[in-house]
Amino acid sequence: MGPMSMADLLPMVPELFLLGSLCVLMIADLFISQAHRAVTHWLSIAVLLLTAVLVYRVSGDSSLAGSAFGGMFVNDGVAIVCKTFILISTALVFVYAKPYLIPRKLFQGEFYTLILFAALGMMLLSSAGNMLTAYLGLELLALPSYALVALDRDNGKASEAAMKYFVLGALASGMLLYGISMMYGATGSLDFGSIRAALLSNAPHPWLTVFGLVFMVIGIAFKFGAAPFHMWVPDVYEGAPTAVTMFIGSASKIGSLALAYRILQDALAPLFMDWQGMLAVLALLSLAIGNLVALAQTNLKRMLAYSAISHVGFLLLGLIAGTTEGYASALFYVITDALTATASFGLIVFMSRSGFEAEEIDDFRGLNQRNSWYALLVLLIMASLAGVPLFVGFLAKLQVLKAAVTAGMLWLAIAAGVFTVIGAFYYLRVIKIVYFDEPVAGTTLSAPKDLPFRLVLSLNALALVGLGIFGGPLMRWCIRVVAEA
Amino acid sequence: MSQHLLSWLIWLPILGAVATVVLGHADARRARWIALATAVATFAISIPLYTGYAADTGTVQFVEKYVWISALNVHYHLGVDGISVALIVLTSFTTVLVLIGAWEAIEAKVHQYVACFLLLEALMIGVFCARDALLFYTFFEAMLIPMFIIIGLWGGPRRVYATLKFFLYTFFGSIFMLIGLIYLYIKTGSFDLDYLAQHPLSMREQYWLFFSFLLAFAVKVPMFPVHTWLPDAHVEAPTGGSVILAAIMLKIGGYGFMRFSLPITPDASHELAWLVIAMSLIAVVYIGFVALVQEDMKKLIAYSSISHMGFVTLGAFVAFELARDNGAMDAARMALQGSMVQMISHGFISAAMFSCVGVVYDRMHSRMIKDYGGVANTMPWFAAFMVFFAMANSGLPGTSGFVGEFMVILASFQASPLVAGTAAITLIVGAAYTLWLVKRVLFGEVANHHVAELTDINAREAVVLGGFALATLVFGLWPAPLVDLMDASLQGVVQQLMHVKV
Repeated sequence: MGPMSMADLLPMVPELFLLGSLCVLMIADLFISQAHRAVTHWLSIAVLLLTAVLVYRVSGDSSLAGSAFGGMFVNDGVAIVCKTFILISTALVFVYAKPYLIPRKLFQGEFYTLILFAALGMMLLSSAGNMLTAYLGLELLALPSYALVALDRDNGKASEAAMKYFVLGALASGMLLYGISMMYGATGSLDFGSIRAALLSNAPHPWLTVFGLVFMVIGIAFKFGAAPFHMWVPDVYEGAPTAVTMFIGSASKIGSLALAYRILQDALAPLFMDWQGMLAVLALLSLAIGNLVALAQTNLKRMLAYSAISHVGFLLLGLIAGTTEGYASALFYVITDALTATASFGLIVFMSRSGFEAEEIDDFRGLNQRNSWYALLVLLIMASLAGVPLFVGFLAKLQVLKAAVTAGMLWLAIAAGVFTVIGAFYYLRVIKIVYFDEPVAGTTLSAPKDLPFRLVLSLNALALVGLGIFGGPLMRWCIRVVAEA
Repeated sequence: MSQHLLSWLIWLPILGAVATVVLGHADARRARWIALATAVATFAISIPLYTGYAADTGTVQFVEKYVWISALNVHYHLGVDGISVALIVLTSFTTVLVLIGAWEAIEAKVHQYVACFLLLEALMIGVFCARDALLFYTFFEAMLIPMFIIIGLWGGPRRVYATLKFFLYTFFGSIFMLIGLIYLYIKTGSFDLDYLAQHPLSMREQYWLFFSFLLAFAVKVPMFPVHTWLPDAHVEAPTGGSVILAAIMLKIGGYGFMRFSLPITPDASHELAWLVIAMSLIAVVYIGFVALVQEDMKKLIAYSSISHMGFVTLGAFVAFELARDNGAMDAARMALQGSMVQMISHGFISAAMFSCVGVVYDRMHSRMIKDYGGVANTMPWFAAFMVFFAMANSGLPGTSGFVGEFMVILASFQASPLVAGTAAITLIVGAAYTLWLVKRVLFGEVANHHVAELTDINAREAVVLGGFALATLVFGLWPAPLVDLMDASLQGVVQQLMHVKV
């Protein structure tokens, strides 16, 4: 690795811009009074959107394609797609968070800067070309996330959730690091390309590499929240402020996928036969546990947590094929899943009022009689989660099922099909409560008046239908970037 | 417009549904009128489809083909043959009458109710003209959502249980079909139905695919033993929901067999025809007896529907025995024709029967047979209609109910007199439960003061029942237009099922 040059820095311009402006924002926020906190809010969204524009500009410049810092930083199409949607879903989180944070006295600059740091971590993760970069990105994502869960300091549940998240997250990082050290011992390198070449050339110490692989897969599974490493998911989803849950449920999923793709495909592709089986088991367990336990939930956030576990199972189906289409389907799945998650948690924000969390599914009772437009949005989101055609959830499921069948795992595809039907039940139950039940007497709907919130939420939910019908270009984009990588 | 006729048929009701929700949410009357105007317009454009279709060739016409999702080689590929044309006209016709029928019966959330029916109409028409397997599947599944809402929102006391059961049964059945289609796509690289029909498949593959299709369509038809969702759904659904369910949604199961099982897995269908024939005969006979003991009018008609749909599947699969084992091509074609005529005819008759129940239910708020008696004394016009439909339901010659059943029995006699004889039991059982229903509800002394206070049908109800009665009578006395419309296309199906793919 030679001395740093301009050629190394230019591909990183979006990250550098995000880092710089977030430091400026952090300091500027100190001088913004609580009454003008909205300035921070809008500036944060502007920073995210400008970063997205820079990502787009960098992607358009073919001289910047490839890698920088001696392969530590990769700037390929997959990174571009991941970064774009990480930034978009984070911006959505900000838009939905404001009406939630204000009445709960959580409308502070920390929320924004911490999330921006986490987003930066994910961008780094997306571009990782070396175990060190990947680990750095992962920790930059994880540490602000722990703090975010505990943002509501006086809330016991949130503190408990943050503690669990921290302990288990640290454990997962440790596992991953241990696996990395094994792999380093076996191959003598931390660089993805060199590890791959070493594994291909002479298969050094097969037992050692597989041993390391197990730990790395466990670390990745922890980050995804795939069963049986899912224990933190329901508690964190339920305990964290909804605005934070939204972030963990959407953008950071894309980050986890980037981590899995970088490590499993870029570095460990020669061990495909080994990790394929492990992921298949993880997928099956996630589908089973996620869907079955979700049936019993009365708390909407917990239900969505188990639903998220089951969706992780689906997206793992895409990875186990190990083909271009397979990775592309996982990418498509995680992107659409993130957009669905922002919309569904946006609706929880919509239904909650100050001093009251719309956490119980029953809080949505009779929404159709009070506001039929938002009832329709609930219908769209739940139908998409259930995987009904015309909604994007169906296209995503179709492709991962196809990947599983391509991989010769027909049994897994059939199992996924059965669990889809089981999953449909609890999504339908939400539609049932919204449409068929009477509203609870004596309560009123005090939905946020925030216009951007309402507009963006509606567009977000409608996008699930739009992408369900016109999802072709996004799908092609995913396939193209994976094929070129 | 003529080259995009099918797209118009699909998208016009969707636009109408949006219009009713946007413009009619404050004014129920306006919502009704917008919906009715849309439905009438859709029916009007389905007529040029019938007149413009060159039936003598039996080919796929009015084709529209655009790339939908290029990454998966999915096309927005529409086209109709004679079978589809008949079912599309049935759909658009029935929707008009359903909207008229619900004019006064539905008072809550009218705009959502009519919008659901328009969406349903669009999706059902989409099912009948999709020539791409994934497009078919999309319409097939998306249809569940509006029906789920219709039963759940405007249904009876146990509507939630019924609608969840309806959704999950159908969803469960069709998910395996999806996996089957994915398998076919990986194998052939296409979702195009014509291409899939040509592509050779090993016997083992055909067996698996056959069962995946069977599960999806058997639930939809519904066939014994996966029929249990239907009585619940019918009993709880509002009248309009029951009518659409019986008249069209069940037909989609039978249509699916013709489009998927027969052409794509002909050899497995041939090998396993005995299974489907056995299931059909159980439906025809056993479910007929089950209908006999029902005390709820809607349940009785629901079981009668299952029993009648048994003829559809019987005809479709007996054709294999006829064509492949006996070489009786004409008889095979007759069996298929019989099952298609039975589908159309049952569409009219069951819709009419459910509408009849709706008429008295709106007045009495009871579906129990024991609450009625002597209705003919207070509602003579209604009684006349209901007796007529009851006759058609029992398969009286001169009504369309006779034509289909007769053709299927006649054709299956050539395959096996035993099968024909068993199926013919329905002529007795069907007459028994239908006529006994009529006797208990319409005739005898006026049972109670509620019946005594009944008023006869009004002009609106007369239009609905009269419309169905006319259709039943016309196709009973003169089935030739219907048979001619589908004849050449069914000839094509016979050739497909002769095609050995192994």
